[in-house]
Amino acid sequence: MDYQEKKRIEEAKKQWESDSLNKVLSQFPERKQVFVTGSNKEVNRLYDPLDLEEFDYLNDLGFPGDYPYTRGVQPTMYRGKLWTMRQYAGFGDAEESNKRYKYLLKNGQTGLSIAFDLPTQIGYDSDHPMAHGEVGKVGVAIDTLEDMEILFDGIPLDQVSTSMTINAPAAILLAMYIAVAEKQGISPQKLNGTIQNDILKEYIARGTYIFPPAPSMRLITDIFEYCSLELPKWNSISISGYHIREAGATAIQEIAFTLANGIAYVEAATKKGLEVDSFAPRLSFFFNAHNDLFEEIAKFRVARRLWAKIMKERFAAKNPKSMMLRFHTQTAGCTLTAQQPDNNIVRVTIQALSAVLGGTQSLHTNSMDEALSLPSQKAVRIALRTQQIIAYESGVAETVDPLAGSYYLEKLTKEIEQGVTDYINQIDQLGGAPKAIEKGFIQKEIQNSAYQYQKDIEDKKRIIVGINKFQIEEEPVKDLLKVNPEIEKRQVEKLRGVKKKRNEEKVKEKLRMLQEVACTEQNIMPAILNCVRNYATLGEICDQLRAVFGEYKESIKI
Amino acid sequence: MENARIRVLIAKPGLDGHDRGAKVIARALRDAGMEVIYTGLRQTPEQIVDTAIQEDVNVIGLSILSGAHMYLFPRIMDLLKEKEATDIMVIAGGIIPAEDIEELKKMGIKEVFTPGTETKEIAEFIKANAKIC
Repeated sequence: MDYQEKKRIEEAKKQWESDSLNKVLSQFPERKQVFVTGSNKEVNRLYDPLDLEEFDYLNDLGFPGDYPYTRGVQPTMYRGKLWTMRQYAGFGDAEESNKRYKYLLKNGQTGLSIAFDLPTQIGYDSDHPMAHGEVGKVGVAIDTLEDMEILFDGIPLDQVSTSMTINAPAAILLAMYIAVAEKQGISPQKLNGTIQNDILKEYIARGTYIFPPAPSMRLITDIFEYCSLELPKWNSISISGYHIREAGATAIQEIAFTLANGIAYVEAATKKGLEVDSFAPRLSFFFNAHNDLFEEIAKFRVARRLWAKIMKERFAAKNPKSMMLRFHTQTAGCTLTAQQPDNNIVRVTIQALSAVLGGTQSLHTNSMDEALSLPSQKAVRIALRTQQIIAYESGVAETVDPLAGSYYLEKLTKEIEQGVTDYINQIDQLGGAPKAIEKGFIQKEIQNSAYQYQKDIEDKKRIIVGINKFQIEEEPVKDLLKVNPEIEKRQVEKLRGVKKKRNEEKVKEKLRMLQEVACTEQNIMPAILNCVRNYATLGEICDQLRAVFGEYKESIKI
Repeated sequence: MENARIRVLIAKPGLDGHDRGAKVIARALRDAGMEVIYTGLRQTPEQIVDTAIQEDVNVIGLSILSGAHMYLFPRIMDLLKEKEATDIMVIAGGIIPAEDIEELKKMGIKEVFTPGTETKEIAEFIKANAKIC
């Protein structure tokens, strides 16, 4: 903006303030003293060109598909191809989940997203004492390769992309997926999908850790290396802010802690001797879409811009693909209310809209009944239809990054970027994300935000429709989905059956070899693959690794 | 004891890692003047009951969002009976369907708080119902 123009706008603004604005304010005061975003950032009454004085289009935004990718990672974005509609699903046993996946694919879903039950995520077989009551509850139970074969029965793995929410035992589930593909006659080169494989956020927010940080980081870098050689289309990690946000973080904290974790993974891999451009193009991200539409859109753009800079400046990446932050989004589960659950459809719509306007590569929309139980089939269909309506009816997918240049959005993008940068500097000073986690810094910051959020709701500083305003008397919701209690028994019997059928000698030999490799610095993936091919169980494999690596114990400060 | 402070154990039974609610409640109860112990994740029913007895708490608050409550909660109630510690009031919170709540109350769980409950309400409930001796 040139000097003359700036002067003209400033004068006009002063005029407006003294004439129009003050007249209105004196008669009709505003609703609140201070207006804030969903993350408690103060919002001004109005944004105008004076807020973007420093704005530099080519440096700050550039064009989509070009560095720093603020406007998106592809030049044509959704005009070329819509985002992948990917509903996270899985419950009961492999047969039941296989049916749900086929139902979703038939209804126009374009990618699979596998939810595993907690015993699977924590490396226990279904017959382990800690698994009682949990088998098949929050996802599908997987004990051996046979379960994976059933899970993907009739689904050709070269024709779908599959995302698996699995972290501590990610290497084992990835090996099982590769082994299923082998049985279907499909080469690993053709496999398309993602494993979450993000252990740092498990220590911070999600809780499904097994091993201590150092061996966990080793497993992750082994996966990076293996994927770069054998699975060129596979996303070797999904660095996740989603659960950090669910635990109560603000938008700034979500992006800051996620990128700090990302930095730690890249550092670990390069320290091991991997060339940054050999694995960085396959790093992917996963964010939350919360209630505040503009703040969320700005947040997604900040994540892309900052990651591009980090990869280029800090890690000297050369391949543009190493600098592109590609991400999956899920709408915020923590915003769903058990009260008047139909209202959740509207919340999810707004949140999904922010993800699309923020340039997401894939999206999960939550079902309206998820504050009550696992989603029913009908609720899942409405959630998927919500995405389809945004894609085909709303018009927002017809042009790239349609909100760019908005005074408010660009100002917010700058401010969030600054907030995130400050946090990353602070974490650098603490010695990086693993150290900051060890010291409890990141957890404490999130806990403080979560507590503040709850207090604001109870003090009615923050209004949640149906919770602290516009409540009604309600009947309890009926027809909630229940996991068949027989599942656990069935699953344990199936596991026994596999153990009877398999070649016990071979299993023992492969498990012993795995333990040997675990003690060295060799890549662990081939040894795990040999175990799963011979139907060693997930629990047996994890026990071998527990024996070598030990187990993580959290330290909690409230 | 006149100035006895209510002692509360906030516990996460099972494998569920969702601890936002548990941590927020722990802090809110502390701010309401109670002594609060938080177990951390992945506690077995045995561990929870043992901790409750060792720490001499008046109240156990169970938090669970994984759907395993109908297996884990009865176990905890049975163990409390076995160890003659039924004077400890047990309350629960999380994603718990209405029909399960009725059954849980029959087992002796004093109250089940579902999503959207204010922390003040829980604190008041504890103050009104906990047995302090």
